[in-house]
Amino acid sequence: MKWLAQTVTDTQVTRGARLWLYVLAVIVMIFLVVPTLLVIPMSFSGAQYLEFPPRQWSLRWYLSFFNSPSWMQATATSLKAALMTSLVATPFATMAAYGLHVSRVRYVNLMTMLLLTPMVIPVILIGIGVFYAYVKLALVNTMLGLVLAHSMLAIPVVMMVVGSALKTFDMDQELVARSLGASRLKAFLMVTLPQIRFSVVSGAVLAFLTSFDEIIVSLFVSGGDNSTLTRNMFNALRDQVDPTIAAISTMIIGVTTLLLVFTQFVGQKKTVDSVEVAN
Amino acid sequence: MGLVAPAFLLIFVTMLLPVGWLFYLSILSDTGAYSLEHYQRMWEQPSYGRTFLATFQVSALTTAICILLGYPLAYFLSELPKRAANLCMIAVLLPLWTSLLVRTYAWLVLLQRRGLINGWGIELGLWDEPLALVHNMTGTLIGTVHVMLPFLVLPLYSAMRAIDRSYLRAAANLGASPLRSFWLVFFPLAMPGLASGALIVFVLCLGFYVTPAVLGGGKVTMVSSRIANDIEIFFNWGAASALGVVLLVLTVVLILGATRMIQMNGVLGRQGKP
Repeated sequence: MKWLAQTVTDTQVTRGARLWLYVLAVIVMIFLVVPTLLVIPMSFSGAQYLEFPPRQWSLRWYLSFFNSPSWMQATATSLKAALMTSLVATPFATMAAYGLHVSRVRYVNLMTMLLLTPMVIPVILIGIGVFYAYVKLALVNTMLGLVLAHSMLAIPVVMMVVGSALKTFDMDQELVARSLGASRLKAFLMVTLPQIRFSVVSGAVLAFLTSFDEIIVSLFVSGGDNSTLTRNMFNALRDQVDPTIAAISTMIIGVTTLLLVFTQFVGQKKTVDSVEVAN
Repeated sequence: MGLVAPAFLLIFVTMLLPVGWLFYLSILSDTGAYSLEHYQRMWEQPSYGRTFLATFQVSALTTAICILLGYPLAYFLSELPKRAANLCMIAVLLPLWTSLLVRTYAWLVLLQRRGLINGWGIELGLWDEPLALVHNMTGTLIGTVHVMLPFLVLPLYSAMRAIDRSYLRAAANLGASPLRSFWLVFFPLAMPGLASGALIVFVLCLGFYVTPAVLGGGKVTMVSSRIANDIEIFFNWGAASALGVVLLVLTVVLILGATRMIQMNGVLGRQGKP
């Protein structure tokens, strides 16, 4: 109880008088985290309706997912689209970020702003705009159309990550490489890229997730054999609460966590490398 | 500058051009002549008024609830030692990393008639009949607050963390009560963080589609749901485009207006300091 009677640093309030703040903060944190995590145990429920805690454990909802051709096809589409989006958006955005960083043209600010617009414009507007354009271009329900639209959404995200890495990078190093006879491209590939690679990799992961998680544009421009996982999930949610989605959700949480831990791991390795260089 | 070309071309073709085209469609009548009939209808039909009212209601209430919940949390986090704060930050970041659909689904499971909350509430004797917690305004607000809260807490937390606590010590030293020093010293210093967080939440809510569409269950029609319906059910491009244009203009005006206001406050604040 002595702990409660102590005053908090720099204010004259005791911890006891502040108990409400601690309680409220913990409740809000529970509100943020727990609902999502509850889905994980519930997905292993054996009953017809989701329950917590499950009275009997089973993998039936996972089986129902893996035995469903439409869910499998949608998962394949989503993974393919996400991978290709990452492959398109990462080099495009890295090039753009680099180009904007080194160029001294007057229009740099305007250009940056235009490239970041997909983040500002309400996604629903982008969705119907892309849909309209794709109807004209016959790209509706095609993988190409999906990847292009997702890349457009992912480019600003990757640009921000790579751009902020370039800001802390000392461009004189590249100048040195070029004065020693390296071409501009070689200087970038051998000097700059290795040092910003952590950002490029996390940009690529974010691009993957941007596409994999994207709902609204997919809702409009994907369909038929190229319907995405999110589109099917969204449509299923509007009809009824299908417990299969709990199993899918658990797997999505797993994959996302793995990817983010992976980027952290890459980041860690980078600091180890730079320590070695410093030594 | 040539390096920017591929990214720019892609964004131009898949976004700037189509959205520009929507502007054009919004000023065409059904027969193809230039007219403002879609905007006029928005003004005249009361159903549009209700849609905008619902949108503002959800956005304003979500922002208010996020401030009520997020301010104490950000304050609590900013007082913690750095390590503990980083650990607790996971609670704020975890929802941001989790797929929006997964979170919306989780709330659907918790809030539905036979869901967890109703089950527990009845078991504990808090209420007898299953409450209607979802497919209405309540469900929509719970879902949107859950999605938006991190966007309020993150800027607010970093603003609070940056506040030099010796100002508070000085205020106490000069005889201010804890409440007074909070209100006159801490609150104004954290204001830019609060303002930008609230602005982000409000603007994101205006165009929010997924969570209100699922948790609102058709009972809460926001602008974005209406746009989607116009396209999916009525194939009315003109009406949908006009709504989209209004939504975009509102968003841009809000962002520009608010950033100007925040900057002005910043300038005044700096002049006020000795």
